Amino acid sequence: MDAKDILGLPKNTLHIPQEKKSRAQKDAQRKRDGISREVYALTGGLAPIMPAIDTSELKKRPPSDEKITWQWLPFANSGRKDNLQLYHWVRVVNGIPPTGDYSFAKYNKSVEIVKYTDEDYEKYLNEPSWTKEETDQLFDLCERFDLRFVVIADRFPSTRTVEELKERYYRASRAILAAREPMPRESSGNPLAKDPYNVSQETERKRALSMVLSQTKQQERKDAEVLAEAKKITESRRDERVPEKSELPVTLNAVPGATERAVVPGDSVPSVSNVQPPTPAAAPSTLVADNASTLASLRMLPVYLRTYALEQMVQAASSSAGLRTIKRVEQTLQDLSVNLKPRVPTKSVCAEHLELRKEILTLLNLQKQLQNKEAEGSSFREGPYNEAPGTPKDRSFIPDSMSSGGERSGKRDQKRKATGRLSEAPSPPAQTKRPRKQKGSDL
Amino acid sequence: MSARKQGETPADEGGSGTKPPRIKISKSSDAGDAKNVSKRLKDMEICVPIVCGTIAFYLGRKASESQSHKWTVYVRGATNEDLGVVIKKVVFQLHPSFNNPTRVVESPPFELSECGWGEFEIAVTLFFHSDVCDKQLDLFHHLKLYPEDESGPQTTKKPVVVESYNEIVFPDPSEIFFARVQNHPAVVVPRLPAGFNLPNPAPIENMAERERGDTKDHPLSQWFLNFSEADELLKLAAARQQVQAHIVKLRRQLSVMDGLPQFSKPTAGYEFT
Repeated sequence: MDAKDILGLPKNTLHIPQEKKSRAQKDAQRKRDGISREVYALTGGLAPIMPAIDTSELKKRPPSDEKITWQWLPFANSGRKDNLQLYHWVRVVNGIPPTGDYSFAKYNKSVEIVKYTDEDYEKYLNEPSWTKEETDQLFDLCERFDLRFVVIADRFPSTRTVEELKERYYRASRAILAAREPMPRESSGNPLAKDPYNVSQETERKRALSMVLSQTKQQERKDAEVLAEAKKITESRRDERVPEKSELPVTLNAVPGATERAVVPGDSVPSVSNVQPPTPAAAPSTLVADNASTLASLRMLPVYLRTYALEQMVQAASSSAGLRTIKRVEQTLQDLSVNLKPRVPTKSVCAEHLELRKEILTLLNLQKQLQNKEAEGSSFREGPYNEAPGTPKDRSFIPDSMSSGGERSGKRDQKRKATGRLSEAPSPPAQTKRPRKQKGSDL
Repeated sequence: MSARKQGETPADEGGSGTKPPRIKISKSSDAGDAKNVSKRLKDMEICVPIVCGTIAFYLGRKASESQSHKWTVYVRGATNEDLGVVIKKVVFQLHPSFNNPTRVVESPPFELSECGWGEFEIAVTLFFHSDVCDKQLDLFHHLKLYPEDESGPQTTKKPVVVESYNEIVFPDPSEIFFARVQNHPAVVVPRLPAGFNLPNPAPIENMAERERGDTKDHPLSQWFLNFSEADELLKLAAARQQVQAHIVKLRRQLSVMDGLPQFSKPTAGYEFT
């Protein structure tokens, strides 16, 4: 939420007063002194809050034929009904005061309240819970306070809730309108008829709202925990479904005789279900789809090479990833000293290779998520929480593949390479810092 | 990817470090031979593990400027079984500077020896028996004559060997083909569902007359590389384990950040569900 949101301005357009615009653009091209780029980026090219008048504008003399004076003059406000005479300062050019209505009169809106006769009341508005006197009072107050129901409820002689008042007013108005319109069609355009007032929904809404607003910090935290847990469960369920599906085409395709020789695709199922990506933007499902369609198109061929099939599958699996991500996957493979193309591309080797690539994709996605979270966390939160997530150094797995350059990461990489890479990456500090006993008891 | 850059010893260069053979399924000949129409076995695949390679000997003192190496290009079964059961002929397309650069080998072992001085890419086209498949399959193999710098000077004793493993896959094979190769060691065949009857295997063409087409006692067999699926699987499994461990770790960190914004009461339970 920034100034633009509050003002309801679109995010990316420049809303700079015309005379300011050219200067601002020039500024953008020129290197600004004093303001850091980040600070300038925060303004996003938005006009400053203080009205900016170009200094040249101030120095400009008015045309010589104009004689401007400011005078204390009476004015009429068409928004008022009481003929109250008020005065204000006005700019008078050449002795001619401005004509026309008071410029703020148009903001004085009033609501048109439906009127009814005694006869109407008898016919349409009889309701056991309301007397005619009460209804009359309600409509009077509605007119007087322009449907400000909180005020009306406050002034209302008998104790009625805002919702009751609203319901009575809107239902009565609807009934009258409906009775007066000869064609039911025409009244349907009226907002009163179109969107009937729903008491129960409204009471429920207010109840829920007050509940949320009256929540304590502790309750909020508990809710967050429950939601996180629920998210976990849905994810794990989805993950369980995903590998099933992804294995399906493979097993269909499997050569029972051949799979005897080594790891059957089925063997990998349990491990996969633990490790499938949680969120990464529907990646798993698209992987499955790609996989299936690739397999289907391969089956259309009378003959193909296993390496060709693998290439197709790899391509399909990484189709959702960007070029950089693909590079990172390959870099990770190399760091794991795994050949980019298997040396012995048998069916099961290819299947494993593909799974490995998918897992690396998952890993990279998680790393990205964590980095984002961390960036979020460090900018929005303070206090003990900051210590919770590990420093990036502790977590970086395959250093070259995840750090996008920069001096610090470069140094880190060298160190890591020297010490022997990922095998001895320290355990996450978040885990170690958490008291062990809680873990046990919660389980 | 130049041949010079592959930092492995030549003997190690089977398939991984080298340029993998590019494949192209040619669509030239039109299917629909009435006599080949046989019932197809849906959702099965027959697979033939092959190795395509070159072995090049430096001629040493006998080397002339235009003929410094004697080399052999071949397609063999991965276990050196006779590929003639599936492959009818192999066409090796040599560099146009050779006499008759298109060489056809009609019987196993499918190999070809030549002398030359230059490295180039050999296009290898496999043609299959008519009950197997009407389409041919193209492989590409880079002929390598000169060893990597690290492996020392050229000798006449130790050849430069480049081999790459691959598998020919026939999806939905015909029943005839299946029955014929069912018990052949060169072919990996799925087990049939119980109660499935196949026509009697009918030996085709002049297969029976053929003498040994396998490469088990091949004069060059001592230079053949080993392709161990188990090693590969072990390596992959180890890699996957590492990656998975890291994923679990990241997950845990993420869930800590996600679920417990105040970091007060860690509900460790859900991390292990």
